[in-house]
Amino acid sequence: MKKEIFEPFNSSDNNFEQCVKCTICTVYCPVLEVNPDYPGPKQSGPDGERLRLKDPNFFDESLKLCLNCKRCEVACPHGVKIGDIIQLARIKYSKKKPKVRDMILANTDIVGTMASTFAPIVNPIVALKPVRLIMDGVLKIDHHRIFPKYAGMRFETWYRRYAASKQNDFKKHVSYFHGCYVNYNFPKQGKDLIKIMNAAGYGVHLLEKEKCCGVALISNNLIKQATKQARHNVEAFKKSIVDKNMPVISTSSTCIFTIRDEYPHLLGVKNDEIRDKSELATRFLFRLIDSGKLKLVFKKDYRKRIAYHTPCHMEKLGWSIYSTALLKMIPGIDFVSLESRCCGIAGTYGFKKENYKTSQGVGKPLFDQIESSDVDFVATDCETCKWQIEMSTAKKVEHPISILAEALDVEATVKLWQK
Amino acid sequence: MNKNISKEYDVIIIGGGVTGAGTARDCAMRGLSVLLVERHDFATGATGRNHGLLHSGARYAVTDHESAAECIKENMILRRIANHCVEENDGLFITLPEDDIAFQSQFVDACKTAGIGTEILDPDFARRIEPSVNPDLIGAVKVPDGSVDPFRLTMSNALDARIHGAVLLTQHEVKGIVKEQDRAIGVELFNHETKQNVNYYGKIIVNAGGIWGHHIAKLAGVNINMFPAKGSLLIFGHRVNKMVINRCRKPSNADILVPGDTICLIGTTSERIPYDQIDNMFVSRQDVDVLIREGVKLSPTLATTRILRAYAGVRPLVAADNDPSGRSISRGIVLLDHQERDGLSGFITITGGKLMTYRLMAEEATDLICKKLAVDKQCETAEKSLPGAEKSEHPLSIATEKVYTGANISQKSAKDRHGTLAKNILNGDDYEDSLVCECEGVSIAEVKYAINELHVNNLIDLRRRTRVGMGTCQGELCACRAAGLLCESFEKPGKAKDDLANFLQERWKGMLPITWGEGINEIQFTSWIYEGIYGLKPDNN
Repeated sequence: MKKEIFEPFNSSDNNFEQCVKCTICTVYCPVLEVNPDYPGPKQSGPDGERLRLKDPNFFDESLKLCLNCKRCEVACPHGVKIGDIIQLARIKYSKKKPKVRDMILANTDIVGTMASTFAPIVNPIVALKPVRLIMDGVLKIDHHRIFPKYAGMRFETWYRRYAASKQNDFKKHVSYFHGCYVNYNFPKQGKDLIKIMNAAGYGVHLLEKEKCCGVALISNNLIKQATKQARHNVEAFKKSIVDKNMPVISTSSTCIFTIRDEYPHLLGVKNDEIRDKSELATRFLFRLIDSGKLKLVFKKDYRKRIAYHTPCHMEKLGWSIYSTALLKMIPGIDFVSLESRCCGIAGTYGFKKENYKTSQGVGKPLFDQIESSDVDFVATDCETCKWQIEMSTAKKVEHPISILAEALDVEATVKLWQK
Repeated sequence: MNKNISKEYDVIIIGGGVTGAGTARDCAMRGLSVLLVERHDFATGATGRNHGLLHSGARYAVTDHESAAECIKENMILRRIANHCVEENDGLFITLPEDDIAFQSQFVDACKTAGIGTEILDPDFARRIEPSVNPDLIGAVKVPDGSVDPFRLTMSNALDARIHGAVLLTQHEVKGIVKEQDRAIGVELFNHETKQNVNYYGKIIVNAGGIWGHHIAKLAGVNINMFPAKGSLLIFGHRVNKMVINRCRKPSNADILVPGDTICLIGTTSERIPYDQIDNMFVSRQDVDVLIREGVKLSPTLATTRILRAYAGVRPLVAADNDPSGRSISRGIVLLDHQERDGLSGFITITGGKLMTYRLMAEEATDLICKKLAVDKQCETAEKSLPGAEKSEHPLSIATEKVYTGANISQKSAKDRHGTLAKNILNGDDYEDSLVCECEGVSIAEVKYAINELHVNNLIDLRRRTRVGMGTCQGELCACRAAGLLCESFEKPGKAKDDLANFLQERWKGMLPITWGEGINEIQFTSWIYEGIYGLKPDNN
């Protein structure tokens, strides 16, 4: 109570002072393990913050090596928001202007709109080796990276043409924050979600003009634009959650994490009214099943060996349990647990030439685990983890929702609640 | 050092506070042969136990015009000669709703008379330039206050004295004054390191012992009436304020909040104590309560800010000679020529004054010494920079331009602490650049430099030179690392363990009065490490 009154005049929320210097965060930092140029979460976070309050010149540009994986925050026994402190320091003190490359990588909305319009031309071109070498040389986007393919028809377009009209036939409704990847690159994931939700008796609606959650804008220090989009999204969420009493679900762990936690922590955009009703589709489904309100029936002939990779932001949300529990409900699944480790890509981070080595170094132990696991494919909730694993291992990656959609016996499921 | 025993010094200065070190510097710069003796370490008395405030003099403007005028003059001199010890933060004198705003104009007028530049600020503007200030303020005046690191300032004076030929002896306690009829001719010292007694002889003996000068004078058979006044302060974990914040009213308890290096501190209380209590500097619960209660009025955020430690110091207040009752106390400079006063020649006392006026005190004392020794040399201490404060060829901005700078923190911190002398600290080597103290950014190279060059006898001395152990963890991570490095320079390895225990005990003493919240977590964790992992227990040491 007291704190709230003082907050507007406080130069720091003092959270960093809960640090007892136990250094556990440093042990859990995936970057520090492979790149000694990074001072590590303790030094960059609570220790550095104290020095920066003394003199902003103590800000070190090497803080951009932080993946913002937040594994330090998960490890911290005293609840210090180490990752937030580091990102806020970058926002506050960094003098480096974002490069053209950073703008291209960060503006997933604009680039996605253009690229998907010309998808048949763009896809083969960006996949060409000479083009990738030029992008490497000119833009410093590492040539090993393959851009995700752009879809010819955007998810939103498909939805309006083929799905929208049917959604009002249901009694219960949710809104879907599809995110850029589903919209521009991989509409199938959105279609799979609609298939499951419809089977579960829910109509799925789109938000009133969703914008990119802005995670890439934040990590590339385009804060003004990120804040603008955050405000827009919170308003759009409110229209669904507050006005229509429709919760918002998403299939991207990073999007939902950004909206729930990064908006208030890093951008100062308040989201109290929408936070609790914004969640991942897997969590939403699991809770319905767990409370007995929903039963899913699965195909008898579905047989797969699957390994689940826990994305860092799922670790931070503490929600991987929902995705894995759902997968384990499918009778034909042989489930393999992977040790929770960062895959190293961290969104646009791994696309940058200067980070490629660190990125692959961070991911190596995970790749080794996957290669030796003898699974049919890997399941994960994060799209960039998917690109990284598909590029760095021989395995394909599927979203839990897509796996569920594949294994689901729609007719049998619908029958259960239509009776 | 033994070879100096037969030698007679021109001046022997007793006391390694800022006054003693400043006097040693002044004397040495005027060509005198100087011996400085100190029972513990530099800046262990009142010098190191105050706000570290570079007074503009504004605080005294209304009540003590002379002190105010001295302060602003010395303030400007210190900015010039000791810029590596000084932070030019500026200060605010704020008027709160419960204060009389009419005082403000009286205050501004008094500052003007004393030569202190003031600027009356709109409360809104004050809130903007100092976001931590109590938002309820109804008036604010900006003055040229600042922060000064008393440890660095004392050490720089001592170093410069050494550069000019002075001999510095720490861990040497004065046990007696050697007299020949009614003339003081030397000092009888006890060396705490070797546990041996040793005598040194000099033409003039200077008593610069601060509050302990009372006792030293007694050893010489003369009497000075001193009245110890204890003042307690609290150190907060980080900088809350950018500017010094004062209350615009008559000086009172806990009404100055000073940002200094990585921390900020609030003080002080004021309490007369009996002379036999001057080595017993505990901070009571009542003191802590007053400091927090009043501090929150300056900056409300202090209520939720972690407190690192509490400490107290003693002001050496001297009774005027014509008033043995002690009612008429002078806070000004007191220079006593005991030849004139008591008929004891070769012995003078320099006391009273304050951190801000140490250089002036040294100048006055040295003038008297020169007169007695018939040396005709002008004082140059106001013009010549202290070592480390010379104009740097490498501006700070260049050092921070490097992109990947794992070593950035230690190098920049070293520059902040040692000024241009930081160039003597080896760096560039991964090992030497690695941190001993992570909170304050002290590297192995800096610790080694301090051990070799800055008269370090133990870990506590090392802390005063480098800030090792002054950070949030209060020695939790750095103490054992520093002890290891120091151990390499010790002749008897067994000493290192005692030294480590003493250091931790001293850290604990400062934390004891404020053991709650985050602080107690830290202390618990520290005790797990040292007692649980290293088996360092009180009964073992």
